[in-house]
Amino acid sequence: MASNFFDLKKRKEAAAASSSSKQKAGQSQAADRPVPWVEKYRPKSLNDVTAQDHTISVLRRTLQSSNLPHMLFYGPPGTGKTSTILALAKELYGPELMKTRVLELNASDERGISIVREKVKNFAKIAISSTSAANASKYPCPPYKIIILDEADSMTQDAQSALRRTMETYSKITRFCLICNYVTRIIDPLASRCSKFRFKPLDEGNARLRLSSIAEAEGVKHQDGVIDTLIKVADGDLRKAITFLQSAARLHGAVVKEKTGDDMEVDGGAKGGEITVRSIEEIAGVIPEKTIDELMQSMEPRPHGQAVYTPVSTVVQDIVADGWSATQVLLQLYNRLVFSDMLNGDQKNRIVAIFSEIDKRLVDGADEHLVTLDMSLRVAAVLGDSGS
Amino acid sequence: MLFVDKHRPKTLDSLTYHSELSDRLKALANGDFPHLLVYGPPGAGKKTRIIATLKELYGPGVEKIKIDSRVFTTTSNRKLEFNIVASVYHLEITPSDVGNYDRVVIQDLLKEVAQTQQVDLAAKQRFKVVVINEADHLSRDAQAALRRTMEKYSPNLRLILLATSTANIIAPIRSRTLLVRVAAPSTDEIVEVLKGVGKMEKLEVREGLCRRIAVESGRNLRRALLMFEAVYAQNEVVKDNTPLPPPDWEALISQIADEIMAEHSPARILQVRAKLYDLLTHCIPPTVILKTLTFKLIPKIDDTIKADVIKWSAFFEHRLHLGNKPIFHLEAFVAKFLRLLETYLMDMDYDF
Repeated sequence: MASNFFDLKKRKEAAAASSSSKQKAGQSQAADRPVPWVEKYRPKSLNDVTAQDHTISVLRRTLQSSNLPHMLFYGPPGTGKTSTILALAKELYGPELMKTRVLELNASDERGISIVREKVKNFAKIAISSTSAANASKYPCPPYKIIILDEADSMTQDAQSALRRTMETYSKITRFCLICNYVTRIIDPLASRCSKFRFKPLDEGNARLRLSSIAEAEGVKHQDGVIDTLIKVADGDLRKAITFLQSAARLHGAVVKEKTGDDMEVDGGAKGGEITVRSIEEIAGVIPEKTIDELMQSMEPRPHGQAVYTPVSTVVQDIVADGWSATQVLLQLYNRLVFSDMLNGDQKNRIVAIFSEIDKRLVDGADEHLVTLDMSLRVAAVLGDSGS
Repeated sequence: MLFVDKHRPKTLDSLTYHSELSDRLKALANGDFPHLLVYGPPGAGKKTRIIATLKELYGPGVEKIKIDSRVFTTTSNRKLEFNIVASVYHLEITPSDVGNYDRVVIQDLLKEVAQTQQVDLAAKQRFKVVVINEADHLSRDAQAALRRTMEKYSPNLRLILLATSTANIIAPIRSRTLLVRVAAPSTDEIVEVLKGVGKMEKLEVREGLCRRIAVESGRNLRRALLMFEAVYAQNEVVKDNTPLPPPDWEALISQIADEIMAEHSPARILQVRAKLYDLLTHCIPPTVILKTLTFKLIPKIDDTIKADVIKWSAFFEHRLHLGNKPIFHLEAFVAKFLRLLETYLMDMDYDF
């Protein structure tokens, strides 16, 4: 269960080489089998984890003392929660022992109450297997197992409460690590049993460093400002930024294929074109400024007696037909209007109220065309009425 | 065979519009293929593009498809029957068919696919592709179940999600996929397609008629082709000004709109209800009814109340999704509309 592709690779490497040549082995293997960069550049040790200084330093200390508390990692997506625990487990046990000592369960596994009662409990019960001398000399191999419950916020309340006693009873030989996006979805009794680690969104500097190093390692050519745009659209989510970077590299012919036997070799893109800022925006689904300008213009109050309906409905119809997502329209319009100097506080208040309602409707699955039209017309009404 | 199916482009090269997008898909198919999330309005050609991309990936083998029926068992021991369209290289599923149990299907099926490697050594790719239709109707649980699966089994599995909007796709999925937007074709592009089809069918093509169809279809190519075929099926001689037959349900909705405008009374609401029920029993989705009715009513009313009508239309459309008996909300909209109109007319009277 705990094995994934990444571990397999690691295991093979470990068998073949010592830790110093690991990096190279990984990369040469990745070359003949295309791997998403997100996996390829997943931090391999705690030191590689970007930007979560506080968390890492605490974990590092526990690594030395070989005594781990139960842990609860929380924070927005793409901040390195899963990577951190996997890296930690690897440093603790080494690739060999990880198979037997770590149980990873995530939302793709069945995690009803019955699973917690049986599988988790059974795994927690198992006595610690002994470790070979060779392994013990290289890794700390502390005398407990780790159960990783990824995406724990999608577990039911019942399943969570079934964990409570299990966590305590077997705490001598088992440590739990819960990972979630929203700490509020974890029931209090569980949260109070864990030491909490908050993963904050990546700040610009670190994200830039990481992205540039990946771009360099892959030999991706890019225009100035591409990295900035990536950081902006990804909003602190490093995984998103890396995915976008890779997608853009592929789209721009930065991937050159060479036939060697049956294998397709992926080249870093020395011969391909450059990544442009616009292509990053296109991949991220950002609407061109021009379209938003048109919408804004159509919503401007008209001279007396003219209604805004016709121009607004035309623009909205085009936006919908072009397939722009309504949430994105909402977001970009929001950024425009809230920071606009033309509006007074009262107007902004009313506009934000409209946005919140529209967002709720979109999440509930209402029709995008009607909702966007409604939003535009209501915002237009507010724009026309300065409330003086 | 309908024109829509008969003349569906089979390869990326034969796609007529968005050639830039086709090139991109081609580049992806020949390189390192990511997970895709394809979104765009209906009738824009999402599915056609994906099928063409699959062909580019695997060659003609993907066209030999068979339909499997599989039985899944939920945790509460309920049996679910689920149809899978499959070729040797890919699977196509519509998990929203099984409603709330889509999570079970996603978990079981995808894992099964993901854990088996490609058997056919001659295959061009080492992974299988799973196409998920109507991904925006997947439940939250099912989407959460996708998250780790997508990363863990990426050597054996690529996903292509098809959706009309990205609003209901959770952020973790969006950050794991390459977003591909398929915009609806422009009116000119539709005209070109219609002309091309007409030529292949050896029909007498009228430029003016094609243009009218294109405008009428609201940039929906599938609809345009169906209308095009209908016109030629119903008339022996086709002229530029041949009337376009609207679909039955649309004709009925415009009739409702006329009735609503003609008389504003509770008795009229009762009459309208019968018609609305008629539409619902013919499986016209309530959202479509409400939307069509709104856009039929809008041209008939004064500019000053249009914004209000849209506001309430959006309001009741939202309610449609939350509630479970559509007729209430449709009727409520009709009643609200009558009230708006009446108030407006009253105000006019006072002015004089």
